[in-house]
Amino acid sequence: MVALALQDVGAAYGKRPIVSGITTELLQGGSLTALIGPNAAGKSTLFKRIAGLLSGPGTVHLTNATSGKDAIRYMPQDTGGNAVLTVYESVLLAAKQGSGWRVSDQELAGIDEILAALDIKALAFRELGELSGGQRQLVAIAQALVRKPEVLLMDEPTSALDLYRQIEVLAFMQRRARSAGMAVLIALHDLNHALRYCDHTIVVADGRMQASGPTAEVITPQMLREIYRVEARVERCSRGRPVLIVDSTAA
Amino acid sequence: MSILTSPATIHVGREHYRVLALRRIALLLLLAAALFASVCVDMALGPANYTIGEVLSALFQADQVSDQLRVVVWDIRMPIALMAVTVGASLSVAGAQMQTILANPLASPFTLGISAAASFGAALALVAGMAILPIAVNYMVPINAFAMAMAAALFIHFASTLRGVTVETIVLLGIALVFTFNALLALLQYLASEQALAAVVFWTMGSLTKATWPKVWITAAVLVATIPLFARQAWALTALRLGEDKAASFGVNVRSLRLRTMLTVSLLAAIPVSFVGTIGFVGLVGPHMARMLVGEDQRFFLPASVLCGALLLSVTSVVSKTILPGAILPIGVITALVGVPFFFVLIFGSRRRAW
Ligand SMILES: Nc1ncnc2c1ncn2[C@@H]1O[C@H](COP(=O)(O)OP(=O)(O)O)[C@@H](O)[C@H]1O
Ligand SMILES: [Mg+2]
Repeated sequence: MVALALQDVGAAYGKRPIVSGITTELLQGGSLTALIGPNAAGKSTLFKRIAGLLSGPGTVHLTNATSGKDAIRYMPQDTGGNAVLTVYESVLLAAKQGSGWRVSDQELAGIDEILAALDIKALAFRELGELSGGQRQLVAIAQALVRKPEVLLMDEPTSALDLYRQIEVLAFMQRRARSAGMAVLIALHDLNHALRYCDHTIVVADGRMQASGPTAEVITPQMLREIYRVEARVERCSRGRPVLIVDSTAA
Repeated sequence: MSILTSPATIHVGREHYRVLALRRIALLLLLAAALFASVCVDMALGPANYTIGEVLSALFQADQVSDQLRVVVWDIRMPIALMAVTVGASLSVAGAQMQTILANPLASPFTLGISAAASFGAALALVAGMAILPIAVNYMVPINAFAMAMAAALFIHFASTLRGVTVETIVLLGIALVFTFNALLALLQYLASEQALAAVVFWTMGSLTKATWPKVWITAAVLVATIPLFARQAWALTALRLGEDKAASFGVNVRSLRLRTMLTVSLLAAIPVSFVGTIGFVGLVGPHMARMLVGEDQRFFLPASVLCGALLLSVTSVVSKTILPGAILPIGVITALVGVPFFFVLIFGSRRRAW
């Protein structure tokens, strides 16, 4: 199974360093890792660096990947774009990059499968421009998954989704990661989602790594006070799950 | 939970897609047929009107028609009719790819200053007799126009290679070029003799009447040479329309694709404007028509841009002969007059909203 580890990774826009010194343990295929941190912490920048879209110091160790440099895929945060394309075409487009004009039945079957899995078959022949923000996000997930990445970096994939869809997508990604042996990193703002779905959590603030490890060990009152400037508790709910409760902003 | 959809219903999208693709191919064939018809009508009209039947005979059974008919159709009218096709197609494809790589619906050879630069180059020759490139003095006007058009296009190209230059900046630069060259042109016109002034005004209005077979061949050759370059990048170019980040995440090298496309497009736009003058509208509207008809998958959008541009200019050529009997009005003027109403119908009648 594929595994990813970062060693002292950094990235810069031009000469301006944005993130530096990010080191993680081995992130195994089949696991979900949350990347959390305040706005402008450098989450998107770090993802682009891992995906090879930005250069920088440090090493991204990738082991047991079968598809070479195509193994890591970044799903951008920006869901903009106003192309005159149907949802179906836009997913086909993701699948067909770098290959010829002819589209096989098998390739189309792959698209049908992914749209069905994300429960957006009904949107298949709607134009991208007619979609809501949440619907666009689901299409973006389909575009990312259709290329069958081994490591998937999802940049705030649930930010525009309703509660039902947030849970559905995260649970789906968890199953998908397990069944495909895919390592999934998700930039998240909802820390309860991280607690519930993610095996690991990496915390960045001001472009530096603050913590990295099993989620329950990373999301602590002390971290929340220092990084997020809130007074908060992590308690067990009546079913024994860890739940984050915020009391106030820190003094 | 709906994530467990039964596999039996899954094939529906696939079939729907195949139907959609077939419908687009049918649309392309329809456009091609309309283009052929328009070219035939174009060749039938003129000081001596022929029937479509006579034109078809002259085309396909040239040895069985009168010398006069053959000469008029093949030597006089066909270069003009085909020039409308190649110029329309070139400008439309150039506009389509400019809109694609600059993510801007207003991008076209006209709005990026390439036409204005060509006009200024031509005016330099017509007014001052000044050759920018000291070659083939008999062809000073088109060569000057081409040199200036290429210079403007390359300026835009090199500006876009600079770090930190966004697509919005490029469009603004293009508009600045339009104003600059228009001002320079006005200056030349102010200083020009009456005779030279008339020649400049006529040139800038755009006209197909100067078409000759060599010009047709050159524009056709550039078109045939550049289209495969775009075709090979069809998926990547389409992906660019989903935004830079998204395209990059698909593995597209956005920067390199943009620069290479810009360079190719420059040539594609500079050649026709230097032969026929300012025909601004086709490069802007051809691609929009194509987009509304077949969407933006370049496998359909690219041929549709070719056909829409060619058809638009060919129909305009027909109209320019029929408005005033006996006179051929400047095609650059008529394109806008013919195209705008048609464009309005498409915009307001279409379900698709591009940009
Ligand atoms: N293209 C860019 N050029 C220069 N600076 C950028 C660019 N994109 C982001 N930044 C800067 O990098 C920092 C981190 O941004 P980002 O990685 O997007 O944060 P996050 O995703 O955690 O909200 C911010 O200060 C932002 O201003
Ligand atoms: Mg971000």
